[in-house]
Amino acid sequence: MSGHASYEFKNPVVRWIEERLPIFSTIRAQAVDFPTPRNLNYWWTFGGIAATMLVVQILTGIVLVMHYTPHVSMAFDSVEHIMRDVNYGWLLRWLHANGASFFFIAVYIHIFRGLYYGSYKAPREVLWMIGVLIFIAMMATAFMGYVLPWGQMSYWGAVVITNLFSAFPIIGETIVQWLWGGFSVGNPTLQRFFSLHYLLPFVLAALVFLHIWALHVVGNNNPDGIDVKSEEDTLPFHPYYTMKDLYAILVFFLVYLGFVFYSPWYLGHSINFAPANPLSTPAHIVPEWYFLPQYAMLRAIPDKLGGVLVMFSSLIILLFLPWLDTSKVRSNRYRPLGKIFFWLFVITCLTLGIAGSQPAEGAWLTVARIATAFYFAYFLVILPLLGKIERPKPMPASITEAVLSRH
Amino acid sequence: MMKKILKMLATAALGLGLLAGPAMASGGAQKNAPDHDYSFEGPFGTFDRAQLQRGWEVFRQVCSSCHSLKYLRFRNLAEPGGPEFTIEQAKAFAAEYEVQDGPNDEGEMFTRPARLSDAFPSPYPNEQAAKAANNGALPPDLSLIVKAREGWYYPWYISPFIKLVKGNGGAEYVRALISGYEEPPHGEEKEGLNYNPYFPGHWIAMPPPLAGEDVEYLDGTPNTVEQEATDVAAFLAWVSMPKMEERKKIGFMALLYLLVFALLMFMVKHAIWSNVKH
Ligand code: HEC
Ligand code: HEM
Repeated sequence: MSGHASYEFKNPVVRWIEERLPIFSTIRAQAVDFPTPRNLNYWWTFGGIAATMLVVQILTGIVLVMHYTPHVSMAFDSVEHIMRDVNYGWLLRWLHANGASFFFIAVYIHIFRGLYYGSYKAPREVLWMIGVLIFIAMMATAFMGYVLPWGQMSYWGAVVITNLFSAFPIIGETIVQWLWGGFSVGNPTLQRFFSLHYLLPFVLAALVFLHIWALHVVGNNNPDGIDVKSEEDTLPFHPYYTMKDLYAILVFFLVYLGFVFYSPWYLGHSINFAPANPLSTPAHIVPEWYFLPQYAMLRAIPDKLGGVLVMFSSLIILLFLPWLDTSKVRSNRYRPLGKIFFWLFVITCLTLGIAGSQPAEGAWLTVARIATAFYFAYFLVILPLLGKIERPKPMPASITEAVLSRH
Repeated sequence: MMKKILKMLATAALGLGLLAGPAMASGGAQKNAPDHDYSFEGPFGTFDRAQLQRGWEVFRQVCSSCHSLKYLRFRNLAEPGGPEFTIEQAKAFAAEYEVQDGPNDEGEMFTRPARLSDAFPSPYPNEQAAKAANNGALPPDLSLIVKAREGWYYPWYISPFIKLVKGNGGAEYVRALISGYEEPPHGEEKEGLNYNPYFPGHWIAMPPPLAGEDVEYLDGTPNTVEQEATDVAAFLAWVSMPKMEERKKIGFMALLYLLVFALLMFMVKHAIWSNVKH
């Protein structure tokens, strides 16, 4: 991703390195001068916020590992040791536990931003698909991380989710035993989850690198969804967007740290402060909030295998979105019908989240089923048809024209 | 206009509430613990030292005959942010308990008085012994009980807001549980179990632990059941979150710093962008 612009560096050391590895010109071209549409709004700051949260998770995680013990008889104690005896251990632990939640908040907003402004459409299909992979890898990482403190919900969450794989015919039981490393969730399970929980964030970091690389090949989309036509349409990334992103990160951190310091276990489950006990099943086994929509879809289907397939499909379908949406117009600003259905889709996802937190019975089960149907209909029926029947609003000729017409 | 919107929202909430009804009922009706204004609530709340000291007396004289506190070390009793006994007092408390140590040079295990670095000892040598002594029910370790329990059960559309303002109500739950035993309805009886409306399922193996005047309060506070329950629940809240005061204090500085930094960055951003239309 080296830039074509040729830069002259005065410092002889910098020059010497630059001639052998053009790292300085690359940084200049990609992080300083990089032409960025001038009309990006604050929804565009959540990519940088999410990347910052990944860094926070890796840094706090590495220090937590220095004090954590991945063994069923010591994991819970070692987390309490972190909370009580390690200097500022409580801070690390709460930064990490709440960091996962706020990482998901940032990424969910980032994804819905992409949906609203059509950022997945040509030429950004690969950029979008890498994003979906990041989302899936993140979910795997957070699921395994939640098992590590070995509380009641850690244990029973691991039991419920790993058991899902037994739904597959013939090979199901084999897969589950292979995941467990035995005949039940136990020490081998905890240790492999620990190993993978350490590994996956670095895979994630590599995916983020590819994501940004793809972004810098095709350039940013923007709220008007029209291509950059001239230099007039853009601003250099620095200082315009570095300073705006930094401001947004600080505001985001005010909320994040507000939870860390004043309600550190608000987003979690109280029962996870009780150590894992295979002999006593909690009254309600519920995943962390960020998995609730998927959990609702899983339980909405009466058949176990069907539920598992539907849940995984709800993620995989995102990979095909660039080809399912047939509209030539990217931004919902210019799509009167697209806009309405987008907001219905947002409401659907929120409803699924609430349904996922309730016992799967009675009215909530019906609600979850209707919402699941709409979730899939949005991708498989509505978006393919809308592009054919919708009459988009007139589009401005350029980003600059769009900006000036609003002033 | 505003009134109309509020009215609409209220109607919608009520409608959704009816939806939630059946789900709630199936969860086993558990009684909400009465709210109590503890000194440690809110962003600036701190523990009441005298209350923690009274709670410690209740714990060690009453509850410790059945419950352990394995994450509490005697030195914690003298640390800032807790009951703040003097080191001498903490040492004296420790010395009242015997703990096993060893092996010594002869290879023998031996017992010795506890030291500041020791954890509060369990009244039973193992879980089996604990169960055998309590009709088969295990008295749980209470080190994290206030964080591990919740005090109120509201419908889903208000519960998140109530918990954000009032917390999970763990201390209120413990307080209500140990002072809220009632006569069972319809004179029902269950072997070895006691009726308690705050306990999930309502039948608890723990006999009512407090009768009033169980401990003598040196500071003259009346030692009623309610007062003792309130104090020991506060003490257990501190054992569950011993770093709470440090957390809130550092949090205040961190948020203040961030706020100022964010305001400055807003001005920087505003100045940089003021010459471009966007
Ligand atoms: C005679 C022994 C005994 C004494 C004394 C005792 N408890 Fe218990 N406690 C138990 C037993 C047994 C259980 C388990 C009850 C069950 O699971 O049904 C229990 C359970 C509890 C629980 C957990 C309830 C839940 O939600 O699971 C709390 C909290 C508790 N006790 C607090 C106290 C406090 C505070 C005191 C001192 C004021 C105390 N106990 C004194 C025996 C005792
Ligand atoms: C994508 C980034 C990451 C996410 C989303 C994530 C998520 C989580 C979650 C949800 C927990 C449970 C927290 C709790 O309830 O206590 C956890 C625990 C843990 N994580 Fe991570 N994590 C990430 C990265 C890392 C990294 C890079 C490491 C190590 C290098 C790490 C090490 C740990 C350890 C040791 C624990 C157990 C301690 C504890 O429970 O607080 N994590 N993680």
